Amino acid sequence: MALAKDYASVMGRSNEIQKKALGLDYAGYESGSIAFDYEALMKDTGYTLEEISRIQGRTAVGNTPLIELRNLAALSRKYAKPGYGARIFAKDEAANASGSFKARRAACAVAHAKKLGYKGVIAATSGNYGAAVASQAAMQGLDCIIVQECYDSHQIGQPEIVEKARKCEAYGAEVIQLTVGPELFYTFLSVLEDTGYFNASLYSPFGIAGVETLGYEIAMQCRELVGKDPEMVVCTNAGGGMITGTARGLQKAGAVGTKMVAASIDLTGLSMASDKQFNLKSCTTGHTGFGVPYATDPDHSDVPRSAARPLRYMDRYVTVKQGEVMYMTEALANLEGIERGPAGNTALAAAFSLAQELPEDAVIVISETEYTGAGKHIQPQLAFAREHGIDIHFGNPAQEDKPGENVILPADPGMIKAEDADLNRFRESLIRKAVKKAGGVTPTEADLKFLAEETKTDIAFVKNTLEKLGL
Amino acid sequence: MAKKGDWVRIHRVVLKAEERTAKLPEDTKACDLEMWTKGTLLADAEIGDEVEIETIVGRREKGELVEVGPYYTHSYGVFVPEIIEIDKQLRKIMKGGDK
Repeated sequence: MALAKDYASVMGRSNEIQKKALGLDYAGYESGSIAFDYEALMKDTGYTLEEISRIQGRTAVGNTPLIELRNLAALSRKYAKPGYGARIFAKDEAANASGSFKARRAACAVAHAKKLGYKGVIAATSGNYGAAVASQAAMQGLDCIIVQECYDSHQIGQPEIVEKARKCEAYGAEVIQLTVGPELFYTFLSVLEDTGYFNASLYSPFGIAGVETLGYEIAMQCRELVGKDPEMVVCTNAGGGMITGTARGLQKAGAVGTKMVAASIDLTGLSMASDKQFNLKSCTTGHTGFGVPYATDPDHSDVPRSAARPLRYMDRYVTVKQGEVMYMTEALANLEGIERGPAGNTALAAAFSLAQELPEDAVIVISETEYTGAGKHIQPQLAFAREHGIDIHFGNPAQEDKPGENVILPADPGMIKAEDADLNRFRESLIRKAVKKAGGVTPTEADLKFLAEETKTDIAFVKNTLEKLGL
Repeated sequence: MAKKGDWVRIHRVVLKAEERTAKLPEDTKACDLEMWTKGTLLADAEIGDEVEIETIVGRREKGELVEVGPYYTHSYGVFVPEIIEIDKQLRKIMKGGDK
């Protein structure tokens, strides 16, 4: 008998479909209370760092260049006090097959799917990850479907998203495009069920383990180039996989003194599920609309427990403005001769500002660049914004920026400022949501320890927070 | 007129506005959830007809025929004068010697 494919029926079979589509039962990691065994989940991927590196090496992924951005550092020093202005390096992840660091996640997920005997892979993403899965599926001989939130109700899509659809198709994938809304998950599950493909989720342990090589390479390359570990690594933050994997890789390399900074574009006030606001943002990822909800509630993704748990690894969380990232993207092309996509330059805009806090001999690494192309470039993105009534002018982003209304290009590069977000507020929010999700149980000793690890704090912080929240 | 075997794009309403029960902003709730995909047309049809296609991975999908020979039109966009201003400013700061 054919299964009912209406919304309620498919969503009702969600757990069952996901279990089949990942070849992994998450129930074994649950404590029954708030805590779950994160490290066991990561360990059970069954791949060591060396094995992952080998998998990636076979598919043109990893060992990307670490490029010193001397001219941008020199520009940054003009706005720092004497003796300040750190060296800035960029991990040129655009050099991966498919043009972004997401190839690291996809290489492992697709290799795992192949090992388990799946015929194809599916991923729900509007971003670089779709292209990465499609590219890896092509290399490893699997079929691929990408489900993409692409259009508003007038069938208008951001040029950046449309370009990513084109790239997926170029690699031989089917691209299913949808209008705005979280029910994308329904279509995703339904197609997963019908095809029996592997869920190449961005948030599976295989995907996140794939990013660990990035952190490991950064440590090794820094030791070779400058004879030490970087003082700071800045990661563009959306779903949290980049900072999670990179930090874990750095730790595995023994780089324990490196400060991990997450950077997102400030899109405060814009709703990610709003049809009208969908095309009023001028960046499609690397923003707070993903960054904050995923940091404070990692487990609302397309897997039961996300392997990306950014608050475990963050020392700071900073935001920059859309106009600052656009400006830095142009500066990267003009001053360094490297043309790279805008969203990945979020960390660069932040690093340009953060460098001014550190002495000249300190080293900041931005963990990625991404490919650029038609649609995925500041000119079409700014032109699209202007066409949709967004006011674009030079000014002071810190004072004038209003997401959805304007894009303020800094009148002077000295105005580019990474603003610290209140990390403790996010930590408290994570604790509140975790307790609520577990049905408001009284946290056990194991839960307290888990929540301290989840928030990179200690048991005292967790207890204080619980008390403050009346939990 | 589209011929059997043509590469086409189809459109389908996945959920009508009134069927959308997820937690949504009001503006989104008022819209249908729509879907597009591409594939090989399985029988001759006209634009606007309900058709069946086979996608590149071999999946069958039904929907309204909206485009024959679909292609991309995204580009590097129209001129944005501010970009030239950024270039000039950077050149002046780095090569002009002033701050």
